[in-house]
Amino acid sequence: MAAPFDLNDDSVVVVIGTGAGGGVLSNELAQKGVKVVALEAGGRYLPDDYINDEWESFGQLAWTDPRTTSGDWRVAKDFSGLPAWIVKAVGGTTTHWAGASLRFQDHEWKAKTTYGDVQGANLLDWPIDPAEMDQWYTKAENKLGVTRTGGREGLPGNNNYKVFEKGARALGYKEVSTGRMAINSAWNDERMACQQTGFCFQGCKWGAKWSAAYTDIPRGEATGNLEVRERAHVARIVHNEAGKVTGVEYFDADGNLQLQKARIVCVAGNSFESPRLLLNSASSMFPDGLANSSGQVGRNYMRHMTGSVYAVFDKPVRMWRGTTMAGIIQDEAKHDPSRGFVGGYEMETLALGIPFMAAFLDPGAWGREFTTALDGYENMAGMWLVGEDMPQETNRVTLNHDVKDQYGLPVANVHFDDHPNDIAMRNHAYKQGIAVYEAVGATRVFPTPPYPSTHNLGTNRMSENARDGVVNKWGQTHDISNLFISDGSQFTTGAAENPTLTIVALAIRQADHIAREMSAGNL
Amino acid sequence: MTNTASPRGLTRRQLLSSATAAGASFVIGAGFIASPNAAWAMETTHLDPQVFATLVQMARDIYPHDRIPDENYVLAVKGYDNADAAAGITSGIAALDAAAQGRGHGSYLGAGWERDRVDILRSMEDSAFFQQIRGGLVTGLYNQKAVWPIFGYEGESYSKGGYIERGFNDINWL
Repeated sequence: MAAPFDLNDDSVVVVIGTGAGGGVLSNELAQKGVKVVALEAGGRYLPDDYINDEWESFGQLAWTDPRTTSGDWRVAKDFSGLPAWIVKAVGGTTTHWAGASLRFQDHEWKAKTTYGDVQGANLLDWPIDPAEMDQWYTKAENKLGVTRTGGREGLPGNNNYKVFEKGARALGYKEVSTGRMAINSAWNDERMACQQTGFCFQGCKWGAKWSAAYTDIPRGEATGNLEVRERAHVARIVHNEAGKVTGVEYFDADGNLQLQKARIVCVAGNSFESPRLLLNSASSMFPDGLANSSGQVGRNYMRHMTGSVYAVFDKPVRMWRGTTMAGIIQDEAKHDPSRGFVGGYEMETLALGIPFMAAFLDPGAWGREFTTALDGYENMAGMWLVGEDMPQETNRVTLNHDVKDQYGLPVANVHFDDHPNDIAMRNHAYKQGIAVYEAVGATRVFPTPPYPSTHNLGTNRMSENARDGVVNKWGQTHDISNLFISDGSQFTTGAAENPTLTIVALAIRQADHIAREMSAGNL
Repeated sequence: MTNTASPRGLTRRQLLSSATAAGASFVIGAGFIASPNAAWAMETTHLDPQVFATLVQMARDIYPHDRIPDENYVLAVKGYDNADAAAGITSGIAALDAAAQGRGHGSYLGAGWERDRVDILRSMEDSAFFQQIRGGLVTGLYNQKAVWPIFGYEGESYSKGGYIERGFNDINWL
């Protein structure tokens, strides 16, 4: 097991967060012989601990520290204190994620070039060549055991998928399948195959779905190069007079403030906490927060265009049985501005249990229009719509100095207004999603508003030029050479695809870069 | 909550003889409410039984499911029968009754048709009281495992081996 490192050991890389970005990065560095201290705000939960109960699991895993919201998005009204549904635990949101593992389309790395100027959007090309990403995506797919890649079989379709697939075929959609999923369809990498249990969002009790919690984290620890400190809530990153970061202050499990010295600091706390930490680390040398000479820290928050369509049929579907995200239609993921918007969207099956359906189908609704919908639950099918949203400078994470967390630190305020492109895309997606179900005989359909965000992106974005963003193509901050961003907040644009595979691919790539630069004496 | 018919040891017959009808759904006695057939009863400690009965009816009118019995609505709101919440609930129900009287009903429970009661609720749906009750019901009602089978929802499945051999793909009407 990992040997603990001394607080004064300034040779370690400190990684903040242990999810798809930080968890993978920590293991990849440890495998290369780099000493890593990973600070995780949450506790450690493993498959035996996961709970097949939506609210009980939410209480166990969700990040529920205070946050505030503003803007015209409906989440700010319906779930004002819960802008995101993400996890506070070792392994981060890889515990909760559905497992969809899609590569970006090549053109999505070059959104500015492909889409041109979109009024009100702060589009930019990624400073990464899509051809270069192929090798990193392949490594990520093999690490996660993604189905329909590397010779791995696809998963079987459940009832929810069968309804979805039949409707899709009736509409003439061609790219319809049970998708590329980080869920084993057969024994793989010391983990068993999916048992079609449902409750993918509550942590996979079989370990069939990839999560950093029981793969990368223990493997990194087994090298002796990785120490994971649980229930360590980072307060600020400190630096020296030369403007290099030198360590991380955090509250330990007992609430005592500690300082871990560091050679390099990598921030992977998801797109609210990562910019919040940089902003809360403001100093006399960096009065606007660390790595913020561009003023872009916290800006360009993206959450994907989302929505859901549920439909009731005259016969049972029982959508909750089996894989939560059991299939995908990709025909609308292309960029085709004739539809009235730039970018594209994916359609992916989704199921909620009755407790969450009551909370999310139409938040705030009551009376028989609502309750007759739930009465049709057994006959219901559902899909989630996820597409590229436009980065906007004014969609941003800022510090709310009026609200403090349990450590007395200002919380993140999350401001989001839909861009007209997002609205046009959502309306198109609702129409197509409804058409899919009506083609199978739906008797009633529900275009359901966005849930609290699960895909949080872009608040420390990657840019070629230092003035346009926070980090360079390696996730290294433009301003501070030994400070890196390692999560989805480095996304320049969001693309249409679920982001985890790309976060993992970038983390593997970043680990390679950091280890190489350390060996060369550049870091 | 108890679904026995005997608060404080009363027999079913004694219970019903000591109670008065409140609307169609409840009978109310000193310190308890019960179903008219005494299939269930609940003692209240801080809320007046009439207030509590009105609250239960309000809960059903907000999320009406005809196949869910009253006792699940009672369970969903019984948490308000405590020292901290009682004053707010009592004044909220008083406002509800006042709104009912403004529409020519004797009380909220006295409005016989659901549509009349829903009209009353609509008139106050932006109030903090209404939102407190509605918001609490989202988990208070729908997170009761006892109501899940009414919706067909099967709940926990890991202990049964998931659905790999229990019908995850058994749809037969497509």
